[in-house]
Amino acid sequence: MSTGARTSWLRELVRKPFFWGLVAIVALLVLNVLKDPNYLAISYDPETGRLVGNVVDILRASAPILMIAVGMSLVIATGGIDLSVGSVMAVSGAVAMVLMKDAGDSGSVLVALGAIGLALLISAVLGAVNGVLVAYVGLQPFISTLIMMLAGRGIAKVITEGQNTSASNEPFRWIANGFLIGLPVVFLLAIAIAIVVGLVVRRSALGLMIEAIGINPKASRMAGIKPNGLLLTVYILSGVLAGVAGIMSVGTVMTVDVSRTGYQMELDAILAVVIGGTSLSGGKFSIGGAVVGGLLIATLDKTIVFLGISSSATPAFKAIVIVVLCLLQSQRVRSWFVQRRKPPRASAAPSAVPSEKPQQKQEVTA
Amino acid sequence: MIKTDASARPVVEMTGITVEIDGTTVLHDVGLRLFAGEIHALMGGNGAGKSSLVKALTGAYRIDAGEVRIAGEPVSLAGPAEAEGAGVAAAFQDVDLCGNLSIAENVMIGHEERRWYGISWGATRRRAEAVLDELGLGDLDPRLAVHELPPAMQQLVAIARAMVTHPKVLVLDEPTSSLDADEVATLFRALRRLREHGVAILFVSHFLEQVYAISDRITVLRDGRGQGEYPTRELDRVVLISKMIGKDLAELRRIGSERRAHRADPTGAPVYRAVGVGRRGEFEATDFELHRGEVVGLGGLRGSGRSEFGQLLAGVARRDSGTIEIDGRTVALPNPAAALRHRIAFASEDRRDGGIIEELSVRDNIVLALQAMRGWARPISRAERDGLVDRFMESLAIVAPGPEAPARRLSGGNQQKVLLARWLATRPHVLVLDEPTRGVDIGAKVEIQARIAKMARDGVAVVFISSELDEVVRLSDRIAILKDRRKIGEVSNGPGLSVDTIIEMIAADDDDDA
Repeated sequence: MSTGARTSWLRELVRKPFFWGLVAIVALLVLNVLKDPNYLAISYDPETGRLVGNVVDILRASAPILMIAVGMSLVIATGGIDLSVGSVMAVSGAVAMVLMKDAGDSGSVLVALGAIGLALLISAVLGAVNGVLVAYVGLQPFISTLIMMLAGRGIAKVITEGQNTSASNEPFRWIANGFLIGLPVVFLLAIAIAIVVGLVVRRSALGLMIEAIGINPKASRMAGIKPNGLLLTVYILSGVLAGVAGIMSVGTVMTVDVSRTGYQMELDAILAVVIGGTSLSGGKFSIGGAVVGGLLIATLDKTIVFLGISSSATPAFKAIVIVVLCLLQSQRVRSWFVQRRKPPRASAAPSAVPSEKPQQKQEVTA
Repeated sequence: MIKTDASARPVVEMTGITVEIDGTTVLHDVGLRLFAGEIHALMGGNGAGKSSLVKALTGAYRIDAGEVRIAGEPVSLAGPAEAEGAGVAAAFQDVDLCGNLSIAENVMIGHEERRWYGISWGATRRRAEAVLDELGLGDLDPRLAVHELPPAMQQLVAIARAMVTHPKVLVLDEPTSSLDADEVATLFRALRRLREHGVAILFVSHFLEQVYAISDRITVLRDGRGQGEYPTRELDRVVLISKMIGKDLAELRRIGSERRAHRADPTGAPVYRAVGVGRRGEFEATDFELHRGEVVGLGGLRGSGRSEFGQLLAGVARRDSGTIEIDGRTVALPNPAAALRHRIAFASEDRRDGGIIEELSVRDNIVLALQAMRGWARPISRAERDGLVDRFMESLAIVAPGPEAPARRLSGGNQQKVLLARWLATRPHVLVLDEPTRGVDIGAKVEIQARIAKMARDGVAVVFISSELDEVVRLSDRIAILKDRRKIGEVSNGPGLSVDTIIEMIAADDDDDA
């Protein structure tokens, strides 16, 4: 009985959509520990009040990925995709940097808030353009956001006049590099935003409707759901979250590099969502899963650096880890495992049946 | 017109055809004869086995017993390629063309003219032109992309593709289902040309008048069994319908006499009034009224436009003519969301595609429409939702592992009840039910019917659509009779009304619009 209970508990955990993501994070950390037993060590610096360690670095690096992964999971749940998030990050970063550079005052909270506000506003507008193209014009999400992906980099270049732009503003820098209760502000902020989005989506009926139109748009329409407003909202949200990611990303070095900021981050976001167990065909989504996926991507990036894998081999290593994960998640591969497990069970069954039957009867009568 | 006589040998002779699919016999000992230069209609209700017989003839289904002879020779049709080799070609219901390819490419796909250097597109196009010319489509530019063509032309292109191999037999499964009257006429001109060239055409259709307009002989199927072969001119429409639905006229009359007096004549102003509502190619402009607490059945055969009319009334399909008034006020009804705001709900006949959202839980499926009415920002509280779901699961006796279970895991009848709960939760004033009892067992069917009667007592105006005419007669206070995509009349239900009254009305209205 106890073994049965344990296996069912295990099976329950294995069934969690982001289970293999968690396993992969642990596996990567173990790999790092094997190379350096002190990898997981975290020390406290009493002077600055900061926790210091590799894991803290991973958390800090994960913040922008978490933001775009959360936005992406909602877009993918509607059956769409947002390829423009990396470019929107660059635009957002460019807007913030140029504004702060022109304002000059390096200590002003007001300037920082103004830069953030304008960056997020522009990101929202870009997201809205995606949303209008998808929902009202009826273009395929892939095409609409591909256009924005290309246009976004151009817009960022226009804003910065093609230059890498630096600025100095302490409050802005603090967002990306500061610490609060020993943890990086940027990570706390990312988790807080993910929780707020998760709560809003799940406490309102937004999540239900997003899933409904992602699974069966026709039936949803007949049930009175108006998909256009929902799609627009979701793409705007994805744009704003990409804007936040851009602010986090440029804040670390206080420089926007229009050709590198957010470069190929859309792919990381999509991978994070898939690892989190949201199907690319739309429908059921998991914000928690996207967070796990984002953390895994960050861990993977840091591990690649830590293990000293040459930069030319980096994509291959990343690809291997992700392919293995996707295989573990795929229904077909799982069913192979189930089929393989079955034959021995079947051969063992005849001997087990006589002894089991009386037990079952006892249970029923008791 | 009929060149065949008893002594002529049929091109196709199918005898004793039996086909089993997954253990159920879909065809029992069915026969079919097709003669050169005739158009032969295959008639039958839903699930009668028409499509199965077509698939047996085109090699898509393996035949378990029986024999197919083509031009007197026994043949084995193990696949579509063998069928094509034996001279049987088909064009199917869903026009399966590649919309982005040209007409010539679609017509010649798989039969391109090959030379030593590969495909000769010039020669290929010339042969496509020749085939199109045979159908009277010589003026069509074969370089046009198929998606630029109207539906009728696409259907003709599909037929042209079937004709490339110069088959002896052409099978057309529901070729007119998406065409309007003019387009049907174009198609029929082409079919008559082919008939003159000696092709045997098997015409499968739900449209009674079209069958009478074009066919020479009719084979009737019901429940996978042959019901005989008749020259079209000698088969009375009423006789044909009674053979299709499987009740002889005496029995139909008996069911009718058992009916009790109908409930109430409509009183007061209608809650719902449609004036001249229609849509080109789908349903002719029609007036329609509904009163509180009234069940109005839509009586008609399959393909009569029942679903289309229901969708137009409920604002699910967009009408292109007419106005709709609710409680005397004109409303727009551009989409289902607007209709729900005016308390008009539509339950689709297509449970899978237009109803149940399979991955969502039973609970979410039930509250979906109510939630959509309120908007996403005003979620239904957990207590209200659970109360609602529990009440409906109990009152409709929905059998499910629990409200959390994905709707996909429920049986068809229970899914149907979940949908009924979804619409009832919105407290509709007008409820259009399209085939609410299709594919459910008899127990669930009775429960659903009882529930509909109760709704009407509670003041809901119900439009009831069903392919089972006796069900329509049993439930309705009034019946609108539809035929070939228009309303041909309305009758108040009463002791004198029976299924065969409706059938006679459908059969009597035989002005030829095909």
